[in-house]
Amino acid sequence: MTKAGFVVANLFRKRTRTILTLLSVVMAFLLFGLLQSVNSIFSSGANFVGATRLFVQARVSFTQALPISMLPKLEAIPGVAAVAHEMWFGGVWQENTPLIMLSLDPRTYHEVYPEWVMPDAQWQAFIQTRTGMIAGKLLADQYGWKIGQKIPISSNIWPQKNGSKAWIFDLVGIFDGKDEDWKRRANIAFIQQDYFDESNQFGIKGRVNFYILKLSDSSKAEGVSKSVDAMFENSPDETKTQTEKDFNMSFVKQIGDIGLIVRWILFAVFFTLLLVVSNTMAQSVRERVPELAVLKTLGFTDRSVLGFVLAEAFALVLFGGLLGLLLASIAGAMVERGTGGQFQLRLDGGVWLLGVVAIVLMSLAVGLLPALRARRLKIVDALAGR
Amino acid sequence: MSESMVEVRNVTKVYERGTQRVEVLHGLNLDIPKSDFVALMGPSGSGKTTLLNLIGGLDQPTSGEVRVGGSRIDQLGRGELARWRAHNIGFVFQFYNLMPVLSAEANVELPLLLTKLGAAQRRKNVAVALEIVGLADRAKHKPRELSGGQEQRVAIARALVSDPQLLVCDEPTGDLDRKTAEEILGLLQVLNREHGKTIIMVTHDPKAAEFARRILHLEKGQLLEQAA
Repeated sequence: MTKAGFVVANLFRKRTRTILTLLSVVMAFLLFGLLQSVNSIFSSGANFVGATRLFVQARVSFTQALPISMLPKLEAIPGVAAVAHEMWFGGVWQENTPLIMLSLDPRTYHEVYPEWVMPDAQWQAFIQTRTGMIAGKLLADQYGWKIGQKIPISSNIWPQKNGSKAWIFDLVGIFDGKDEDWKRRANIAFIQQDYFDESNQFGIKGRVNFYILKLSDSSKAEGVSKSVDAMFENSPDETKTQTEKDFNMSFVKQIGDIGLIVRWILFAVFFTLLLVVSNTMAQSVRERVPELAVLKTLGFTDRSVLGFVLAEAFALVLFGGLLGLLLASIAGAMVERGTGGQFQLRLDGGVWLLGVVAIVLMSLAVGLLPALRARRLKIVDALAGR
Repeated sequence: MSESMVEVRNVTKVYERGTQRVEVLHGLNLDIPKSDFVALMGPSGSGKTTLLNLIGGLDQPTSGEVRVGGSRIDQLGRGELARWRAHNIGFVFQFYNLMPVLSAEANVELPLLLTKLGAAQRRKNVAVALEIVGLADRAKHKPRELSGGQEQRVAIARALVSDPQLLVCDEPTGDLDRKTAEEILGLLQVLNREHGKTIIMVTHDPKAAEFARRILHLEKGQLLEQAA
């Protein structure tokens, strides 16, 4: 037997209690790992590495539409191969099922997004049908839509000129993603920008929410981004240009201050954990006061006994903490794979380091008081049950 | 038997219980030679266990001197006293006080974790100690899988394993039936006679005391008489 073996044996004297406590530590550090990764994603600066497309929106908010007159200026920027644009249509299917629907110019969009795969005939039909609509395969399969069908969609944002919220579109194509990742994203639908411009009640015409720039060279992403924003600086339509990934993140950021939310959740989680593990440790020491006194009787010093109790707390939190962080790594990798790399929930070295610091601090917080109690124990009183 | 193992000189022990001051031992003197087997008897509250605790280095006297194996232990600090206990004293308690999460052999090995012995040597010493108390075949059993007598044998093996010269036993048979108690007392006698261990045993039981070489009576913190 070793001292470490003795510590582990003591830790598992009440197996069920220890396992339940361990699970709460694992869960806390799993959350810690995932939330810290989320936090580091949202707190990191713009990353242009490997970007092949850039999103341009109004600097204030994407809800403030940009004029279509910007299009030729954007197309003229060196490094830009093609420019598409999108306008948020929203759209509600049947009673209350919101859809992701965008109005766009099919010609440029097809060029900028070759990842969407659809027979040429259907692309042509989309270009030529004013009331045309194409839907992702996931969406079409979900609602049983077939090509040639008229699809009634209502829009709470955009009524038609006659005041009706009901729009009827002709489904002329069903597209799919070029690979598994893009296939998973095929839950959206597109309509013609021209039709939208003509038909909406508010007379919104020639305005778009986003421009999407296809780059001729991904290494020029940062330069193009700066050129675009510089070009429209101090104009009525100042822009914010970012990568596709950062653009997607910015949607989530609208929930609020992600960092603050993460910090509060982690505070609640660790405070609860502190209570749970402290209680376990305190109980564990309380119920074996005579055993601790015997250890001292045998010649273990006060400091050794303090060390044993602290080591138990450390072993419990270390094992649970590392397991939790490991599970967070696995979960993060799964999320990253599941979102096709759009959401890189990766536990980097910083998160692991922070995790280890949290493990050490938590061990001290939960172990120190019971350990000091064990250290102060007087043999004669403890053996006499006083 | 002339060389002294324990010398207690003019020892007083006072306990402070809240506002009360209780003097348990009053200027007590005692000499126990090496290889002696002494039974300490007396009514409850007479100071037997207090005296045993002072001799075993578990507590400090309020005044007076306690010398064990030539060392003034009343002047040692808590840490020094702990280290001294580890090398010089074996303890046997009424309720065995084994670690329930450890096997018999791990319980016996516990004091050896304080030594510099390697794992192999520790295992060897444990095997010898369990052999002496007749429990070699129960080495892997946990305390709850042993009878009271067997548990006390394990406790005696634990007290012996670091080869101390003095064994301090507080009611070692108080929780055992007569037959088992006699086996344990017989074992203590063997340790005293064949291995030369000095044994001080507190007991209420006159029959148990008969196994000792000498019986000392304590009453109200004073030694009354010495019976051969």
